[in-house]
Amino acid sequence: MTMTAAPLSDLAACRLPRLLPQPRDPSYAAHWEQLGPLPAPGRGLIDEVLASGLRGRGGARFPTGRKMAAVAAGRGPAVLVANGTEGEPLSAKDRALLVGNPHLVLDGIAAAAAAVGADRILLAVERARPDTVVAVRQALAERPPGPVIELLQTPSRYVAGQETALVRWIDGGDAKPVFGSRPFLRGVGGRPTLVDNVETLAHIGLIARFGADWFRLLGTDDEPGSALVTVSGAVRHRGVYEIPVGYSVGALLDHVEAAPAQALLIGGYFGAWIPGDDLTGVHLSSAGLAAAGASPGSGVIVAIPEDACALAEVATVAEWYASHSAGQCGPCVFGLADIARAVRGVLAGDPDGETAARRWTAMVRGRGACHFPDGAATFVDSALDTLVAEVADHRHGRCRRRIGGYLPSPAPGSWR
Amino acid sequence: MNQFRLVLDPVACDGHGLCAELFPEGIELDDWGFPIIAGPIVAGPTSAGGIPDSLLVHARRAVSACPALALRMARAEAPIA
Repeated sequence: MTMTAAPLSDLAACRLPRLLPQPRDPSYAAHWEQLGPLPAPGRGLIDEVLASGLRGRGGARFPTGRKMAAVAAGRGPAVLVANGTEGEPLSAKDRALLVGNPHLVLDGIAAAAAAVGADRILLAVERARPDTVVAVRQALAERPPGPVIELLQTPSRYVAGQETALVRWIDGGDAKPVFGSRPFLRGVGGRPTLVDNVETLAHIGLIARFGADWFRLLGTDDEPGSALVTVSGAVRHRGVYEIPVGYSVGALLDHVEAAPAQALLIGGYFGAWIPGDDLTGVHLSSAGLAAAGASPGSGVIVAIPEDACALAEVATVAEWYASHSAGQCGPCVFGLADIARAVRGVLAGDPDGETAARRWTAMVRGRGACHFPDGAATFVDSALDTLVAEVADHRHGRCRRRIGGYLPSPAPGSWR
Repeated sequence: MNQFRLVLDPVACDGHGLCAELFPEGIELDDWGFPIIAGPIVAGPTSAGGIPDSLLVHARRAVSACPALALRMARAEAPIA
C-alpha cells in the first residue's frame, strides 16, 4: 500500500502526529532525539493509563488500563504479548508503525511489561510480512540494553491474531481460538498474560512520558487520544493516517480525495457497511459510528465508488470468511459456507438469496468459540441493509457496474 | 427456579443432537444439526438464567447423554469460562 506524506489539512489544530512523526526515521537516534529517555517504569503507569481512558486499538476497544490492572493483580509473574499480527486484510497501520516508528512500540512494551510485572515479553508479527520482521529485528538490535523482547513470526491466518489463538500458538498449539479462555487470568504457560495491540502499546509509550492529561488533549471524553486508520478503495491517497478519535469520516475522505462513494466499509472485514452519500454526523469513534450501525474496529476505511459493484466485493469477502474459519465450531464451518453461497445467490439475482443469507447470519451469531462468525454476520447484514438498490439491480439483472476488486481475498496459510 | 443454566462448548460439540432430543424445552437444533441453547431458558428476566426446577431433570439428562462432553451445567451467574 502506498503511503502518502500529506498530513491532515488541520494538522496544527489536531496537534498531530503523535505516533508517526514526519519525516519517518525509524532509527533509535531519531527516536531519542525526538522523545528522550523513557521515564523509569513502574506500577504507577497503570493508574496513568486508567486515567488516560486509552482503549485497545486492535479492534475491541476494551479499556487498556483495566486489562493491565487485571493482569498485574494475577497470580505470579506475568507475560506480555505485543500483538502486531494485523490479520485484517486491508489494515496496514500496525505495519506502518512497526516499520516507521518501532522504538515507540518497544518503549510501550517495556513500560507496560514493567507495570504489570511481566518477565517474559513477546512481540508477534505475521511471518508473511518480511519487511516488518526485518524492521523490528533491526530496531531490537540497535536498542540499548533493556528487557529481552522475543520476536515471534505468526501464521498467516486471520483468526491467528485473536488473543486466545495467539496464546495457544505461542504454547505450541495450532493458532486457533480457545473456548472460554481468558488470557489475563491464564494465558501463556498458564500465567496472567497481557495481550495488547502494538498501536495500543505505542500510546502507552507516550502516556508513560507525557501523562493522562496530555493524552486526553485529543479525541473524545469517552474515547480519548489519536488513532491510526488505513484508508483504501477509490481514493487518490491511499495509506495510513493518524487522526484524533472522533474525526469526521467525510473530512477524512475529502482529505484523501475520495471519489463519490456509494458505500463505505468501516472497520475492515470485521466491520460494517454504511451508505456513502450522507456522512453528516458520522465520526470515527464508537459513539460517532453507532447510529450508522458501525464501529471503528481496527480503523480500516474502504470507499467503494458509484461505478463499482459493491455486491461483488461482498461476495468475495463472504467467501473469504468461509475459507478462513478455523473449522472448530459447527455453526461457523457450515454457516459461513452457506452464507457465502446465499450471497453468491444474491449476486446472481436469486430472489431467495437475501432471505437465506439473513436466516443464516442470525443463526451463527454468538455460536462460535470466538466472534469470527459474528463478524461474518455483521459484514453481510450491513451490506444487505446498505446496498438495497444494488441488490434490486441484481435481482432484475440490470447491474452494469464494473468489478472493482477493492476487497482482496488472501489465501489462508498454515495453522502453525 | 434454581441457579443453574446450560453452557455449550462449541468446539467440543459434534452435533450428535441427543441433547435436543432429551431437552427440547431448552435446546433446538439449527439448520446444520448443531444445538442452540434456547434464549429464555438461558437468560430469563426473572431467573437470571436459571432452568425451571420442573425441567432440571431433563437438562441433566441432556448433559450426561452428550457423547462429546460438550454440554455442562453452570451456576447462572458464573462467567462462561
